[in-house]
Amino acid sequence: MLPETLKEHATAAAVEAFDAAAVVSGKFDRGELTLEIARDKIVSVCGFLKYDLGFVRLSTVTGVDRYPAEPRFEVVYHLHSLDRNERLRIKCRLPGDDPQIDSVTEVWRGANWFERETFDLFGVRFRNHPDLRRIMLPEDWEGHPLRKDYSVTGSRV
Amino acid sequence: MSDTNLPGVTGVIAEEEQTGANPRILTLNMGPQHPSTHGVLRLQLELDGETIVKCQPDIGYLHTGIEKEFEVKNYQQAVTLTDRIDYLAPLSNNLCYCLAVEKLLGLEIPPLAQWTRVMLTELTRLNSHLVWLGTHAIDIGAMSVFLYCFREREDILRIFEMYSGQRMMTSYFRIGGLALEPPRGWQQRVRTFIDAFPGKVDEYEELLTNNRIWIGRTRGVGCMSMEDMLDLGVTGPMLRAAGLKWDIRKSQPYSSYDQFDFEVPTRTEGDVYARYQVRIEEMRQSARIVKQALEGMPGGRWTADAPHVVLPDREKMKTQMEALIYHFKIVTEGFRVPAGEVYQAIESPRGEVGYYVVSDGTAQAYRVHVRGPSFANLQATPCMVTGTLIADVIASIGSMDFVLGDCDR
Repeated sequence: MLPETLKEHATAAAVEAFDAAAVVSGKFDRGELTLEIARDKIVSVCGFLKYDLGFVRLSTVTGVDRYPAEPRFEVVYHLHSLDRNERLRIKCRLPGDDPQIDSVTEVWRGANWFERETFDLFGVRFRNHPDLRRIMLPEDWEGHPLRKDYSVTGSRV
Repeated sequence: MSDTNLPGVTGVIAEEEQTGANPRILTLNMGPQHPSTHGVLRLQLELDGETIVKCQPDIGYLHTGIEKEFEVKNYQQAVTLTDRIDYLAPLSNNLCYCLAVEKLLGLEIPPLAQWTRVMLTELTRLNSHLVWLGTHAIDIGAMSVFLYCFREREDILRIFEMYSGQRMMTSYFRIGGLALEPPRGWQQRVRTFIDAFPGKVDEYEELLTNNRIWIGRTRGVGCMSMEDMLDLGVTGPMLRAAGLKWDIRKSQPYSSYDQFDFEVPTRTEGDVYARYQVRIEEMRQSARIVKQALEGMPGGRWTADAPHVVLPDREKMKTQMEALIYHFKIVTEGFRVPAGEVYQAIESPRGEVGYYVVSDGTAQAYRVHVRGPSFANLQATPCMVTGTLIADVIASIGSMDFVLGDCDR
């Protein structure tokens, strides 16, 4: 559900008109629009944003760990439309015991490495990703360093 | 096969014979210690004769966990981390991070600080493009260009040293303004350099632009279409060389770039030569911006009027109780930043640098994500080199101008 204040916002309203069930919430803060999308709908919403609203660029994909809160993980997508000169943040929340989401590589090929990085450092699994391997750390590394329960100091035994 | 006499190649062929793979295909590792990969990039190439049939970049050799480090430093300390991300354009990263945190804080930066920031980031662009041009030319075989470029680069580093006491890891920008007032005589120093600079660019062009070997090695090499680049997330001069007139300094101006008069150079060929032309023209435009900044430099304060963020003057600390308290608070625990999240993007020499900063209201960032342009650009390597000759790989990846620190973070 979009808050009343965002009904006037063209992009937010268009996404809600496309699929009202997909929009969990939204906010407009410091000049930046954030839409939270239901995780099952991410690929269809991204396809709509790219092909119908002109968000041709995917700037970055990353994660945020809200440990110990649940749902624990946020996967954050930053999109950019050149025609509208507008940026948009898409967010999906994932539970800590099942951090999985569909890959958006079929929408933007450039999502490939960003999703691999998020997998590597947060342990979020992207379904249907063509090549989901670690990218920064060695293949045999244990753990996912950007999780909040991964210590900054001390040595791994 | 005479190739089997080359060191390092023999083992690969023997292995493939055992596994029954296509004997025509030769796997070759380029890097991680190859001189033209500028850092530690490894390309796994599969070759059919001299043609590349598959290319797999392998990155991560320079991963230092900078994003994790952001979470245990306070906001001001973290400025020093941003230098180390892209060591050829430290001030661009300083600026982007400061702008993001200032957006969270809602700080108003005085015009003098904004203009100085513009001037220094443009000098950084010159520095980065000079290193790129010198090393790119040396990769292709033009030795002397390197010496010319590093001559001017040295001047820029001296200017940085004069400002900040450091040649490379300047950390000169602070949240809320600048670290120090620049020393006496800096204007003259910058003016002398920038007046002479366009003539120096002419010298580089004289060496390369109409050079038949240079043209032969770069024209029609490493082509990529604009559609592919947009899809793969490529930004910066590479995208402009393919015909897209998009520069964040113009489309979403920050730090008062809207008050400067400059052009955004583009080409349509999208090959290595076009990227060279775009960067050369960008150097001329950057010199224009620096000159305008020098001539129209506004007066005023170096830092924002925000005593809870900016360290007080030394003099005030001796006479005012509040200044002493603020100083103690800022130094011991840092300043708190209101909860929220922002994404700030700027145009670095390599393309779109983006900082996504999440604050939970404490004195340390909850999460900082850095969108390094080199990371996204390198992803396009397979698309660029597959089907081309192995000799052109060096020119192709050289034209991307990546920094592995920026890529691996």
